[in-house]
Amino acid sequence: MLRFLLHRGGQALIAAFGVVTLVFFIQRLTGDPTALLLPETATQADIEAMRATLGLDRPLGVQYLDFLRDMVTFDLGRSFVQNAPAWDIIASRIPQTLQLAAGALAVALLIGLPLGLLMALTRGRAVSRWIMGLVLACQSMPTFWSGIMMILVFGVWLRWLPSSGTGTLAHLVMPSIALGLLSLATYARITRSAVLDELGKDYVRSARARGVGIRRLVSRHLMRNSAIPVISITALEISQLLAGAVIVETVFAWPGLGLLTVQSIAARDFVVVQAVVLLGAFVTIFANLAADILYSVVDPRVRLEGK
Amino acid sequence: METAAPRSIRLSALLTWWPAWLLLALTAAAILAPWIAPLDPDRQNLLARLKAPGFEARGATYWLGSDELGRDILSRLIYGARVSLSVAVLSVLLSGLVGVAVGMAAGYLRGWTETILMRLVDIFLSIPAILLAIITVAVLGPGFVNVILVLALTRWPRYARVAYGQTLAIADRPFVTLARAMGASPLRVLALHILPNIIGPLLVVATLEFGLMVLFEAGLSFLGLGVQPPTASWGSMLSTGRNYVGSAWWIATFPGIALFLLVLSANLIGDRLVDRIGKGR
Repeated sequence: MLRFLLHRGGQALIAAFGVVTLVFFIQRLTGDPTALLLPETATQADIEAMRATLGLDRPLGVQYLDFLRDMVTFDLGRSFVQNAPAWDIIASRIPQTLQLAAGALAVALLIGLPLGLLMALTRGRAVSRWIMGLVLACQSMPTFWSGIMMILVFGVWLRWLPSSGTGTLAHLVMPSIALGLLSLATYARITRSAVLDELGKDYVRSARARGVGIRRLVSRHLMRNSAIPVISITALEISQLLAGAVIVETVFAWPGLGLLTVQSIAARDFVVVQAVVLLGAFVTIFANLAADILYSVVDPRVRLEGK
Repeated sequence: METAAPRSIRLSALLTWWPAWLLLALTAAAILAPWIAPLDPDRQNLLARLKAPGFEARGATYWLGSDELGRDILSRLIYGARVSLSVAVLSVLLSGLVGVAVGMAAGYLRGWTETILMRLVDIFLSIPAILLAIITVAVLGPGFVNVILVLALTRWPRYARVAYGQTLAIADRPFVTLARAMGASPLRVLALHILPNIIGPLLVVATLEFGLMVLFEAGLSFLGLGVQPPTASWGSMLSTGRNYVGSAWWIATFPGIALFLLVLSANLIGDRLVDRIGKGR
């Protein structure tokens, strides 16, 4: 187990290092990042000062090492637009995005899992095909459009829910659904194929032959044995949700990390954009690591396969 | 009597392939835009601002209504298809070419090349795609060409993964060994012996990616990072529609339906291909 942990942990570290490197080089794509890091109102003196801080006169390798050092000490830089550390700016928005992601995950799991199960149990019948159609529709629905349509129907016409902002649970409903639809589709499909896999196995047939009812079969055996693919997909979904939040938050004026990113691009506050991207990547790497570890706890065979 | 059966089969085949017909129709609309768009998509008419579908002014009918500058939604929709389709096609081609080349090289050459290239793929995949696209656009600036470059940069690892796995599975087959033994260069083996055998799963990935690229382009345009105004794009039309959702529902509704149908048909075709060719993973 320890060897497995070290191996996967090492891989995660390499990935994190790679992401930092990648972001550094993206930042230098245009050659001189000074223009990115300063607001449009910056004076020539500001630009010179920025060049000195970044050490642009030094070799690229040295600049890169400096950037790496900042990252290791978790120094995400300082926003010149808001004149505050990037981390402080981000941290104030994290709770809002977490709320939204949790809401979306709840929507996806609570609706997606039962739909997937139902599709598997009714395979070959019309019900199953209709649900599959619905799932495909969820998958093809642009998040921003489903968001706008919900605002139109429930916010403007029916006046049931507030169309933007935050504060109450009612504010959370529409953004969560808009963000959760894509994950819902993924969960439904994964659950369907996982349950179908299990249904074809011998123990299910013998349990059926012994007269075990379908309800008992589902609750006792199928749910647990189909859990592994669902767990591993959750790690991927978390990063999907983070990315989707950029658009959903813009649609609903939800003051989280996504809206912050979009506002920061408009304000040419690149340090903050970069910090959000790095955070998103680190969360993704960590979620994948956590999923792998969880996976190996649930199914010990995984540990051996890596060798 | 004898012709009845085949004909009904042909009809049902036509119906089951409706996603393909829809895709074809949209492509035709995009290509023929200057001839079939009822009005100039960029012509503003401040007297016809925010008019509901069916509005008529000076002999011109706004079938799907007009936007906040009095431009015809239907015409902008038709011209917007050009942006969506061309960005999607070009970025799929570019990311596919790069990804397949990288994946095949890693799977065939093995050793250090494999380790470095596939690590690079993992790194790219660990940044959520839309965030990677956003940060790159923030550096390069928005615009048609940059959007394609950014999407290609973001998505090539998907193809690399598939091409890599498929190449690994095939590289040890006797016909490949034989070709190598007969002195074929690596490039020749890859292009003539391996590529034709792995193209199926790659096409599946490309189809599914096509739908995703349409969504990505619309998403970037929605955020103001895509193709810049006044060029009509479905994403930026939706962004305007969001602001007028209380007073002019038609601005956001129609581009959304168009996007939805385009992406849905790409996904449905991809699903069919998965059933036929096998999983692209």
